Amino acid sequence: MIPELGHFALITALILALTQAILPLWGAARGHTTLMAVARPAAQAQFLFVGMAFSCLAYAFLTNDFTVENVARNSFSQLPEIYRFTATWGSHEGSMLLWALILGFWTTAVSLFSRHLPDDMVARVIGIMGLISSGFLAFLLTTSNPFLRLLPAPADGRDMNPLLQDPGMVIHPPMLYMGYVGFSVAFAFAIAALMSGKLDAAWARWSRPWTTVAWAFLTAGIVLGSWWAYNELGWGGWWFWDPTENASFMPWLAGTALIHSLAVTEKRGAFKAWTVLLALIAFSLSLLGTFLVRSGVLSSVHAFATDPARGSFILGFLAVVVGGSLTLYAWRAPKMLSGGAFSWFSREAMLLANNVVLLAAMASVLLGTLYPLFMDAMGLGKISVGPPYFNAVFVPLMAPALFLIGVGSLTRWKEASLPDMWTRLKWALAISVATGLLLPLTLKGFNPWESLGYTLAMWIVLTVFIGLRERTRRGARLLSLPRAFWGMQIAHLGLAWGVAGITLVANHQLERDVRMNVGDHATLAGYTFTFQGATEFPGPNYRAARGTVEVSQNGKKLFTLYPEKRIYNASGMPMTEAAIHPNFFRDVYVALGEPLDSEAKTWAVRVFYKPFINWLWIGGLFLVVGGFLAASDRRYRIAVKPIKA
Amino acid sequence: MKRWIPLLVFLVLAGFLAKGLFLNPREVPSPFIGKPAPAFSLPLVGQPDKIFGPADMRGKVWLLNVWAPWCVSCRQEHPVLMALAQSQSAPIVGLNWKDKDREAEKLLAEHGSPYAAVPDDLSGKVGIDYGVTGTPETYVIDKDGIIRMKHIGPIDPDVWKNKIEPKLKELGA
Repeated sequence: MIPELGHFALITALILALTQAILPLWGAARGHTTLMAVARPAAQAQFLFVGMAFSCLAYAFLTNDFTVENVARNSFSQLPEIYRFTATWGSHEGSMLLWALILGFWTTAVSLFSRHLPDDMVARVIGIMGLISSGFLAFLLTTSNPFLRLLPAPADGRDMNPLLQDPGMVIHPPMLYMGYVGFSVAFAFAIAALMSGKLDAAWARWSRPWTTVAWAFLTAGIVLGSWWAYNELGWGGWWFWDPTENASFMPWLAGTALIHSLAVTEKRGAFKAWTVLLALIAFSLSLLGTFLVRSGVLSSVHAFATDPARGSFILGFLAVVVGGSLTLYAWRAPKMLSGGAFSWFSREAMLLANNVVLLAAMASVLLGTLYPLFMDAMGLGKISVGPPYFNAVFVPLMAPALFLIGVGSLTRWKEASLPDMWTRLKWALAISVATGLLLPLTLKGFNPWESLGYTLAMWIVLTVFIGLRERTRRGARLLSLPRAFWGMQIAHLGLAWGVAGITLVANHQLERDVRMNVGDHATLAGYTFTFQGATEFPGPNYRAARGTVEVSQNGKKLFTLYPEKRIYNASGMPMTEAAIHPNFFRDVYVALGEPLDSEAKTWAVRVFYKPFINWLWIGGLFLVVGGFLAASDRRYRIAVKPIKA
Repeated sequence: MKRWIPLLVFLVLAGFLAKGLFLNPREVPSPFIGKPAPAFSLPLVGQPDKIFGPADMRGKVWLLNVWAPWCVSCRQEHPVLMALAQSQSAPIVGLNWKDKDREAEKLLAEHGSPYAAVPDDLSGKVGIDYGVTGTPETYVIDKDGIIRMKHIGPIDPDVWKNKIEPKLKELGA
């Protein structure tokens, strides 16, 4: 009964989404206020019904209703309750339903926080989001219905993918989708502006907080995903350039570029066409990411089951949304006159350079991700593109972007003077270069990439402090500086922190694979690891071999780690559960490999010493906090007086 | 003209993506195809004193199905294999891979065995020789002991009809 109710709610939501799309857009085109007024209630009702469908599915998962095919495939009676809930979006169908739910959430948020916007703008924005909702709901109902029954019901489910049974996975997908889907707001604003022909500073100001919040969520999602991979995959790495990771990273790069170009459009009225295009690109990449993950055109470690009907539907949808919006862009582009001339050395120019670099980086990731597909489609063989390509291309592109952070935020709008900049920044530059050159010498010897990493991290930190000092010198009190300014500085500091962490861990991590019998020792980075054997350990839905590894330093016992090798009952899938002892300066990471004898006394054990790895997550946290802080700036909340076009 | 560039780029991309839908990235050509099936000699499940090797199948077109009692997809595949065994189109040898819990014999007794022989690869070494990436995987081997095809994942009626059966006909099974 409950699943049928969910199915019914989903159908109702589709009808409401179509209403939300068609009537307000028609009304806006005709100047018909009653039709435009449909936008808000239709959007809220649509969200309500998708929410109802989602609750019905969650209920089926929580009550182990194995007559529902999706539950039978992706859950298991012994699965802990929290994972039974997260299994709701652990499957293809469920994650698409989450997509639709979050889109409904964003639309409702727009309907609530848009009192100060002109009616036709609101009608168009909500209408466009309704079109996107309609596409996704139709996709769910026609190819991916999560409420299909399976009769006769199996005695038990096939269990959730063990890889996803991790605390990081509980919040990673919702965060990621909040970001992905959040870019639909900026997209809808851009399309609405193109439709009305009113592309002005007000448009950019309305889009900015939405874009920044979506970006902050996406950042949180990516950082959590990386943290999950580090904890769960047992390889000690934190980024693998897997197609699925790239699918979320590309919109992030485009979104980062968008945040910066929106600033220019709002403050100076420049780059209008470029900003609109970026808003279209950021969301198009989110859709492309969905397509890549859902359709199975690329093989990836965490792609879901594939089905050509689904792929065809999403591709068709992608063609309509992206193709349609880019056609609209090409058609309307001549109307977008760029205002605000600027010289080659000005904040505008620096931000433009930042945009070019970020988009080049995005394009290189896109190329690397799709290259195997291009080759295969042209019959040139099956290849795979791995981390060496991405590292070789991406790192050199990021270096100028990081350098520009320091310059950009301190350069004056319109026209800056080079000698003046030199006076303000020469000490920062000297100290950064000196740090970069000297720090590696005190560690392991000179290495140019390592030096570059430290130089750039130091450079950003120093320029952030120069920015703060210059503001306070002009009479502002530190705490009364606008939140947007603080948000920017905190995010930039987070980036510096992350870069420092990446550089340190990449150059100084140590790892050893050892064969250990009970009582054997191994040493790494001054730590002594003593293997005290592995014992059988029953989990709720798995059985594990649980190793006990005592870690000591200079003969003093520090802590004990319990790495596990799990075999999940329903799927028989083995999983490595690494044991990690983290602190601010380093992680000690132990993963249990395979038993090397029949009595399971001797084990292959892998130990890692990961210096400063946690700086990555701390840096990520700073980016997120900075984003939310900037979006909450007072300026975005005060009513904007109607601006005559 | 500049303003049409984003659309053009997208259209080219969409064309490739459309083509990509009909390609299978998992279908990595196995380097073993066209090569002789690696030799091995393993005891049979239930008859540990008997030794089986690919040479025993000379003169026949046969299937080497790599499976394991702990593998869920293999159970899904099992009824399909049972039906195939009854149709007698080609003998199926079931390589029992890494069966540490020693469950294969019991399982086959309970559910029936589609296999002409079940060599026992406890250490998983033979699986490595054949480049097994996971279970189930099935190799089509011809009368001269040459590997002609490899299928990754469970065989379902569709795969059988469109992929494996035509190959068997071609090889004159």
